[in-house]
Amino acid sequence: MTDAPLLEVRKVAKHFPGVRALRDVHLTLQRGELLAVIGENGAGKSTLMKILAGVQTPNSGEILFEGAPIELPNVQAAQQLGIALIHQELNLAGNLDIGANIYLGREPRRFGFIDRDKIRTSSRRVLTSLGLDLDPDQRVDELSIGLQQLVEIAKALASDARVLIMDEPTSSLTQHESSRLFKVIKDLCARGVSVVYISHRLSEVKELADRVTVLRDGENAGELARDEINHDAMVRLMVGRDLSQHYQHSPCIPGAIALQAVALRTPAHPSHEIHFTLHAGEIVALAGLVGAGRTELLQALFGVAPALGGEIRLGSQPVLLRSPIDAIRAGIALVPEDRKAHGLILEMAVRENLSLASLRRDQRHGFLNADSERRVSDEMIPRLSIKTPSPEQPAQLLSGGNQQKIVLGKWLALQPRVLLLDEPTRGIDIGAKREIYGLMEKLAAQGVAILFVSSEMEEVLGMADRVLVMHEGRIAGELSKTQLNEEAVMQLATGRKQIAA
Amino acid sequence: MKKILGIFTLLVVVCIATTWLARDKELWEANDYIESIKASSFLKPYNIENLIRRTALFGVISIGVAFVIITGGIDLSIGSLICLVGCGLPWLLTTKGVSLPVAISAMGIVSLAIGLSHGWLITQLRLQPFVVTLCGLLLYRGLARGFTGDQTQGFGTGFQSLRWLATGKLAVPGLGGFGIPVPCIILLVVAVAAAIFLNKTIYGRYLLALGRNEQAARYSGINTNAMIIVAYVICAATAGLGGILFVLDVNSAQPVDFGNFYELYAVAAAVLGGCSLRGGEGSIVGVVIGTALMQVLRNMINLAGLPTHIEFAVIGGVILVGVSADELVKLYAARKRAAAANV
Repeated sequence: MTDAPLLEVRKVAKHFPGVRALRDVHLTLQRGELLAVIGENGAGKSTLMKILAGVQTPNSGEILFEGAPIELPNVQAAQQLGIALIHQELNLAGNLDIGANIYLGREPRRFGFIDRDKIRTSSRRVLTSLGLDLDPDQRVDELSIGLQQLVEIAKALASDARVLIMDEPTSSLTQHESSRLFKVIKDLCARGVSVVYISHRLSEVKELADRVTVLRDGENAGELARDEINHDAMVRLMVGRDLSQHYQHSPCIPGAIALQAVALRTPAHPSHEIHFTLHAGEIVALAGLVGAGRTELLQALFGVAPALGGEIRLGSQPVLLRSPIDAIRAGIALVPEDRKAHGLILEMAVRENLSLASLRRDQRHGFLNADSERRVSDEMIPRLSIKTPSPEQPAQLLSGGNQQKIVLGKWLALQPRVLLLDEPTRGIDIGAKREIYGLMEKLAAQGVAILFVSSEMEEVLGMADRVLVMHEGRIAGELSKTQLNEEAVMQLATGRKQIAA
Repeated sequence: MKKILGIFTLLVVVCIATTWLARDKELWEANDYIESIKASSFLKPYNIENLIRRTALFGVISIGVAFVIITGGIDLSIGSLICLVGCGLPWLLTTKGVSLPVAISAMGIVSLAIGLSHGWLITQLRLQPFVVTLCGLLLYRGLARGFTGDQTQGFGTGFQSLRWLATGKLAVPGLGGFGIPVPCIILLVVAVAAAIFLNKTIYGRYLLALGRNEQAARYSGINTNAMIIVAYVICAATAGLGGILFVLDVNSAQPVDFGNFYELYAVAAAVLGGCSLRGGEGSIVGVVIGTALMQVLRNMINLAGLPTHIEFAVIGGVILVGVSADELVKLYAARKRAAAANV
C-alpha cells in the first residue's frame, strides 16, 4: 500500500454541453511532492482541480486515494480526505478575525458556545508552523493579499489537509509575498504535505516543481521530471498540437488607419502605456494570458471602463470615450466576454435583443419604430443563421452559439467601423465557431477593423492578420502573419521575450 | 398576459364574493334570491362610485411606483411625499394666501426635485434605493409636520371648483344618478400615458431592459443612469399628483398620519399587478387591476361587517397567497419544460 501514490487520477473525462473539457486525463501525486500542472487557458486545468476538490464530478474515470478508489461527490467528501483547494479568488470572510476564519464552519465548542480560547491557541500554533507571527484576533481584511493567502493555507492545514491544490496563487502577489509563499510551500512539502500547483508563470514552476504535468485541449500533453523542467520544454508541450486543424483566414489588404491608441492607460494597469494601430479591413488578435489586461483594454476602447490617460484616435480624429454611448456613436462595437452578464437581456425576446442597440437610431421622436425593429430581426436571423423557433423566443432558451450570434447581430445592425470581440467563441460548438469566423472574414472584407481577444491559440493563429501579445498590462510584442507561430506567441505571453512594439 | 388574466380573475371572484356577502339579508331569508343580490350594498351606485374614486387615487401612485420597481428599485417615501404635498397645498393656499397657480407649481417643483434627488443619489452616489427613500420617508413627513406646526390642513369651504377634480363626477345619462368620478378620468389619462411610455417608446424598452440586466443594457449603449433617474422622477411626480388629489378628496390632512402606509399600498398593488421586485417586469393594466383588487378587499371587509382593524391582515394574506400562487405556477411550468427537454 505504501508504494501507491497518495492520489491518482485515471482516465477522467468531463464534458459540458457542447464542450469536452477533459478526455482520459491521468495524474499522479506522491507524498510530499510538489506537482505543477500547466497548460494554456482552457486546457482543462481548472476543471481537473475542481474535480479533485469535489466541486464538480467527472463523467467517467476513477480517482484513487492511497490506492483505493474514492468518490468525490461534494466538497465535504474531499475535505474529509484532506484535499483542500485554494481558489484564485480567496474565500475568506474579511469581516471576521483570523482565528474565526481558520475554524469557520467547524468551530470548537464548549457548552454549545464557541470556544474562543481554543481557537486562539490552535490558530496561533498553525500560524507559527507556517512561520507567521500573526495575532489570531486580527481582522482578515486588514491583512495584505499575500498574508490572506497564507491564512487560507493555515485554514487548510488546521483541517489536516494532506493535499493542497493551489490555483494561480501568485496572480495578485508582490515579488516579496511570492517568495514568502514559496518558502512556506517548500516547508510544507518537506513535512509530507503534497501540493498541486497551477500557474502560468513558468519561472515559478521551474523554481518550485518536483514534476510537471502538462495539459493541452483537455488531454495529457506530457510530463517533465525535475531535471527536464525548463522553459522551452514546457512551452513546447503546452502548444505543440496538430497544426492541420487550423482555420485559415486569407490575408487582408489593410486599408486606412481605423483606430489608434496612443499612450493609453487603463484603470487595471495604470502604470503601463499602450500603443497600437488598427487598420480598416484588418483582423488583429490580442493574445496573452488571463489577467494580462486584454479585456481591460477592450473595455477602455468601448468606454465601459474609460482610459485614465492617453489618446484614442478614430481615423485621425481624437475621440473621448467616456461611456459605451460615446463609443457606439464613434462606430465602435464590443462583443463582451461574458455574454450572459454583459451581452444579452436573457429574458427578452431575440427580436428585442437584436434591436436594443439600434433603437435610438431608428426611433420616431422617442417612439419605438416597430417596422425597423422587425426589419433588424428579419435581416439578422437569416444572415447569422440564428437558430430560433421565432423572433419572439426568449434569448435564454437558445444555445450559447446562437446567443453569441444575437450579440453580434445587435452590433451589425449599427454597421460599426471597429468591431471589438472578447473571446468570441468561448463555450460554443465547432459549427457556430466556424460561422463566427466566416462572419469576421466577411466583415473585414467590407472594411471593418476587427480586434479580438482570444485565449485559444488555434483561433489566434488561424484568424489573425497580425497579433498583439500582452503581458502584465503592456503589449509585449507584435507578430506579423509571417512571424506567427505558437511558440513565438507563448514566449511573449509568458514574459520570456519582449519586442519593442 | 397570463398574469394579468390571473389577477383579473381574482378581482372578479372577490367582487362576486363581496356582492354575496353584502346581499340584502331580509330578502334572502324571504327566498327572494335575485332581488337580494340586486339589493347588495356592494352594487349600490354610491358604493361603486366610491370604489372607483379610491381605485383611481391609489392607481395614480401605484403606476408611478411601478416604474421604479421595473428598474429593480423601490420607493418608500411615497406616503410622506403625499403628506408633504397634501399638507403643503392647503397650507400655501389658506395660511400663506399664495395664488393657486403658484401653489400648484410649487408643489410640482418640489415633487420633481425630490424625484430627481432620489435618482441622483441612487445612480451617482450608488446609494441603495431602500436607504435613500427610507430617509425620504422620515424626512418629508418631518418637514410637513414642521412647517404646518403639526396642525391639520384643509381648504375649509373654499376651492370648490378645484376640489371637483377629486370629488366631482360626470353624470352618465340613463344610469339613474350613477356618475363617473373625475379622478377616474385622471387615472385613465395617467394610465394611458404610462402604458404608451412603457410599451411604445424606446425609453420604456430601456427601462425594461435595464431592470433585467443593467450591465448588458449599459453595454448596449443605454444611458442607464439617466433612465433610472427618469423612473424616480415619474414616481415622485405621480406621488405629488396623488397628494394633491387625496387632500382635495378628504379636505383635511393631518400631517402626523396623512398618506401613512400609502407607499406600501402602492407597492403591493404593483406587485399584485405583475411587477417583480427583481425588476424588468410589469404592466400598467396589471397595476390598475391590482389597485382595484386592494380597494375591493377593503370594501369587502367593511360591507361584510368584519372589524376594520383587521384590514391589514386580510390584505397581507391575500397578497401573499396571490404572489405564492404565481411563483408556484411558474415553478410548475419550468418543471414541465425541463421534463419535456429531457425526453
